[in-house]
Amino acid sequence: MTIVKCVVLFVAWLCAFPLLAEEQMTFSSPLNKARYQSLVEELRCPKCQNQNLADSGAGIAVDLRELVYRMIEQGKTDQEVVDYMVARYGTFVLYRPQHSTGTFLLWYGPFILLGLGACAFTLVIMMNRKRRGRAS
Amino acid sequence: MRKIVLFFPLLMMLVLGGVFYLQLGKDAQYMPSALVGKAVPDFSLLSLQDDRVVTKHDLPSGPYLLNFWGTWCPACHVEHPFLMELAASGVTVVGVDYKDQKAQAEQWLQEKGNPYALVLMDEMGFFGVDLGVTGAPETFVVSRDGIVQYRHQGVINAQNWPEIRGYMK
Repeated sequence: MTIVKCVVLFVAWLCAFPLLAEEQMTFSSPLNKARYQSLVEELRCPKCQNQNLADSGAGIAVDLRELVYRMIEQGKTDQEVVDYMVARYGTFVLYRPQHSTGTFLLWYGPFILLGLGACAFTLVIMMNRKRRGRAS
Repeated sequence: MRKIVLFFPLLMMLVLGGVFYLQLGKDAQYMPSALVGKAVPDFSLLSLQDDRVVTKHDLPSGPYLLNFWGTWCPACHVEHPFLMELAASGVTVVGVDYKDQKAQAEQWLQEKGNPYALVLMDEMGFFGVDLGVTGAPETFVVSRDGIVQYRHQGVINAQNWPEIRGYMK
């Protein structure tokens, strides 16, 4: 019986480790918690480049999560937090790029290409129709 | 006319091939610093040597290197002898002991020598965040007028120093 107890305790002890890996953060409101979570998911870790802040275990990501937490609790807006990060790490940290002249093609390029494709499509259709009209 | 259109995929392939070929061998991890062209941010940190509060006004006036290091950082051990050489050749190096402990940092400088004109203690790493540091070692070249000219991530050594020196002005 004591062996079973020991095993159960050991398993429970092992289960506690994933909890230890995450920082303990207490938020003053559920809204703040939700804002924190969406921000750390949208900000990219500057060290380990294909992870967001939420997933990264790098030292700098831990620090930046802490900073995001503090800024939210201080009453900073989401935009202020994002601007703070961009001022230090560049637009690189944004998983959702800003709308600016530099990112114009990134945002609207696909629509421009779609428009061009639609133009070419109608042109070809019209040309074919004209040719068919001439043939008949 | 029809025939020319048939060559379009080949043309596309050549253009894309060219673009991809040019990207080969580039360092995909390279990330430009957002601080280049900007002034060193304001700070008030303790100096390691004499526990004095140091601000931006205490920084050297000439062009200097701002080197982030820590005793916990293996690459900093590799970099240290070269920093000693640089200091001996008259380059001003300001150290930032990044996310480290005072006693260990003091021991390090005693045992290995001190290449720094001044060492700032950034125990919490906030000054590092203000400069967009992602780890150590990381070095900024600051010009005579206090503007960040260049950022180097990783170890400074004899191979990359000539390029970095080009930014010292």
